[in-house]
Amino acid sequence: MELLIGQMFAGLSLGSVLLLAALGLSLTFGQMGVINMAHGELMMAGAYTAFVVQRSISDAGVSLLVSIPVGFLVGGLLGLVLEGLLLRRMYHRPLDTLLVTFGVALILQQAARDIFGAPSVDVRAPAWLQGNMELLGAPIPLTRLFILLLSLVCLAGLVLILRATPLGRRIRAVVLNRDLAETSGISSRRTDQLTFFIGSGLAGVAGVAVTLIGSTGPYLGTNYIVDAFLVVVAGGLGQIKGAVIAAFALGVLQSVFEFSTTASIGKVLILVLVVVFLQLRPQGIFSLKTRSLA
Amino acid sequence: MTTPALLPDGEPRAGGLRHGRPKYLEVRDLTVAFDGFVAVDRVTLDVIQGDLRFLIGPNGAGKTTIIDAITGLVPAAGSVNHTGTEILGRKVHKIARLGVGRTFQTASVFENLSVLQNLDIAAGPGRKAAELLRRRTRVDPAVQEALEIIGLEKAADKQAGTLAHGQKQWLEIGMLLVQNAEVLLLDEPIAGMSQDERDETGLLLRRIAASRITLVIEHDMNFVREFATSVTVLAAGKVLSEGSVAQVQADKKVQDVYLGTAGLEGH
Amino acid sequence: MSTFLQSRWAAPAGLAAGALLLLVSAPAALSVFNLALLGKFICFAIVAVGIGLAWGRGGMLTMGQGVFFGLGAYIMAMHLKLADASLFGGSGVPDFMSLYGSGEVPGWWEPFRSPVVTLAAVVLAPALVALLLGLAVFKRRVKGAYFAILSQALAAAFAVFLMGQQATTGGSNGLSGFRSFFGFDLKDPANKLMLYSVAAVVLLLALAATRQLMHSRFGELLVAVRDQEERVRFLGYDPATIKTLTYVIAAVMAGIAGALFVPIVGIISPADVGVIPSIAFLIGVAIGGRATLLGPVLGALGVAVAQTSLASTFPSFWVYFQGLLFVLVIGFMPGGLASLPQLVSRLKRRRIERGGKGSATAPATHAPEPAHPAPATAANVPEEASR
Repeated sequence: MELLIGQMFAGLSLGSVLLLAALGLSLTFGQMGVINMAHGELMMAGAYTAFVVQRSISDAGVSLLVSIPVGFLVGGLLGLVLEGLLLRRMYHRPLDTLLVTFGVALILQQAARDIFGAPSVDVRAPAWLQGNMELLGAPIPLTRLFILLLSLVCLAGLVLILRATPLGRRIRAVVLNRDLAETSGISSRRTDQLTFFIGSGLAGVAGVAVTLIGSTGPYLGTNYIVDAFLVVVAGGLGQIKGAVIAAFALGVLQSVFEFSTTASIGKVLILVLVVVFLQLRPQGIFSLKTRSLA
Repeated sequence: MTTPALLPDGEPRAGGLRHGRPKYLEVRDLTVAFDGFVAVDRVTLDVIQGDLRFLIGPNGAGKTTIIDAITGLVPAAGSVNHTGTEILGRKVHKIARLGVGRTFQTASVFENLSVLQNLDIAAGPGRKAAELLRRRTRVDPAVQEALEIIGLEKAADKQAGTLAHGQKQWLEIGMLLVQNAEVLLLDEPIAGMSQDERDETGLLLRRIAASRITLVIEHDMNFVREFATSVTVLAAGKVLSEGSVAQVQADKKVQDVYLGTAGLEGH
Repeated sequence: MSTFLQSRWAAPAGLAAGALLLLVSAPAALSVFNLALLGKFICFAIVAVGIGLAWGRGGMLTMGQGVFFGLGAYIMAMHLKLADASLFGGSGVPDFMSLYGSGEVPGWWEPFRSPVVTLAAVVLAPALVALLLGLAVFKRRVKGAYFAILSQALAAAFAVFLMGQQATTGGSNGLSGFRSFFGFDLKDPANKLMLYSVAAVVLLLALAATRQLMHSRFGELLVAVRDQEERVRFLGYDPATIKTLTYVIAAVMAGIAGALFVPIVGIISPADVGVIPSIAFLIGVAIGGRATLLGPVLGALGVAVAQTSLASTFPSFWVYFQGLLFVLVIGFMPGGLASLPQLVSRLKRRRIERGGKGSATAPATHAPEPAHPAPATAANVPEEASR
């Protein structure tokens, strides 16, 4: 029983990390069609932000709470620069955005290496997140519980923005029909920028979060990017709820596979599973229905 | 096949084939629903070889959706029978191989390929692997004939993307000809054409239709009046009326629903 | 010139020139060490030829070519390990297995003792994997972006898988220390020259085959599928078949390149096959001109040369440079260097138009007619509509 709960929680925890990494992607890839390979490096920037903030604020608890909004800003601003300099001229070439942002990822990785050094650095978790909580006899690490909660808060915030704000309405309008939205007075330029800012900011928050469960190095992003994309693919383009289900499903499955086989075979099995799943639902769990051929 | 004859001589007449049994397209209770919205509602339609049938109706009547359903692009219920073969439920490319060809509202040709290459591709789905892997050494006689019919002989080596809009539409029709389609589904083939081009296209359609099953979506009522042998009027996904242009125009229902809103005289 | 390029002598002449350059001039001019280096670059170039076909002509962004390269390489490496073990060790068990594993050869290694099975598997294993993924993705009309991501995920999973199997694949160290190649001593310079020549011949054959494909009806169809997949379907073709076949061809080229890479370079490890090397294959192709025949080859060779000369002396600079290449070439010159003449002539024309407003005589004097009229000019041809 404890083992089962422990496994389930490990899966949910992995799922929440995937969700944090994938939420921003779901926005930029799903809503705008930009395949941002540098999303992982925006996470890495968020993680290093937490490291830098902790150097000036020594109290681990305060620094964590400060790092989250600062990480959002750092990620978001980097994303804005990326969008403004490069991606805005490439919306009609989605596959090429993938390669351009891969180049950006290489540059950001090397920059991190040159600034912070190749060895990983550690961010201290606050005292109130150290230790475990007991759930039906199974130990639940508090840091992981915190990440789970943080991912749910981010999710709720994003859904709120999309559903209940003018910005959200504009985003949805531009996604459904860019030309029509523009003729009805929506500035798609401004909407694109804001969407990208929020999506990239979420990557920054995700970066802050993962410092709690591992060390921070220049290649932190590469660990997450492929899995995060798989989540978006399996969830369906532009579908936040699809991404949520896919993230937790893949998280739980991966921890089950890793438990019953090995980590490396687990990775292969997950990929096979996603490909098989796409045979059943080529558009992912949920899909936008439009009349267009494309 | 010795000398390909893409065009017969003579005019299309409803049911008017000189010899043999005519081919036909029999649509029964065709229904297409998107997410609960019924775009095409139990449409029943018969088009026979030699007929030049026009499909008209206000915007959103489901005209293009019918063609999409027949060609397998959208899933549909009901039955579509092409001269004894049920085609509904098959894959798009299988339906095309059964002799059903279509054009699109926005002319879609392969812009990076030459006119000749466009036609050659259209002529080729039946080619064997060895033929596909070889270089094109001569112009297929059917392709040559189509080039002459659509009047693009001089432009054969031009990139299709550089053609004028009307020429692209003709190229699409030419592709249908070499594709050897028995059923032609044309979605607004004269949109954006000049008056001269429209007349040319109408005469071309008339010649093509004489030996084929032809269904044309069109808005321009002058064009319909001049070239249609029969007309089906569609409104809100249902067949409203069917018959000759005169019969349809005299139909009270058509006048109420269609004339009242969009204006049959239009354009 | 363009008429010669299109004449039927162009291909044989080009092939002969390439053979002369690669098989006669290069061995005469280069040291044994540098020739082996060129051999390694040629392996990358073979991968690039396949990518050019699948990506440039077919529009499929193949982000996981490292997998096929790795399959070919590891299959060859397993065979060489086994052959060395029976030739020199006598035990028949590769050295590293006794170090990390049980000292027994796992069952799935055994078939690769046979040279025939090995050579067949070098071709068939990548073909099979590409066939399965291709059919799964293209038959179900999964979006192009999904294909790119899935092929990348395949590369990631493949590398993780290899690293996890320390006892049977050498883990992150990979497989190395080969001493013989089908009975030939790998230290002998004559044999090194032979290996290099084999790679060069394979590259020329791959180029010849790709040229034939590009100019065949299949090649025209492939471009049609790239530009308007749905339209092709309505003409009675199944685009999935065309795309899968092309993907398989590209995979087989990568597999053969990997198999040649192993004896020439002497090591294969997960670092050569994962996500990063898989994407790195693309940059040379993009620089040279993804849709052209020779562009990918020249681009891949150029990038490899630059990497070798820069990466060891300025490692940090090289990474920045590589990143910038991706950004600048893909972002601002998607046609690669092959599109440079067109870009230049377009710029010139723009200057002429601008200059033309100032003085009427200027254009004729300072800007001669571009040698290759860009296709854009053909757009202005008057309509021959009303006949």
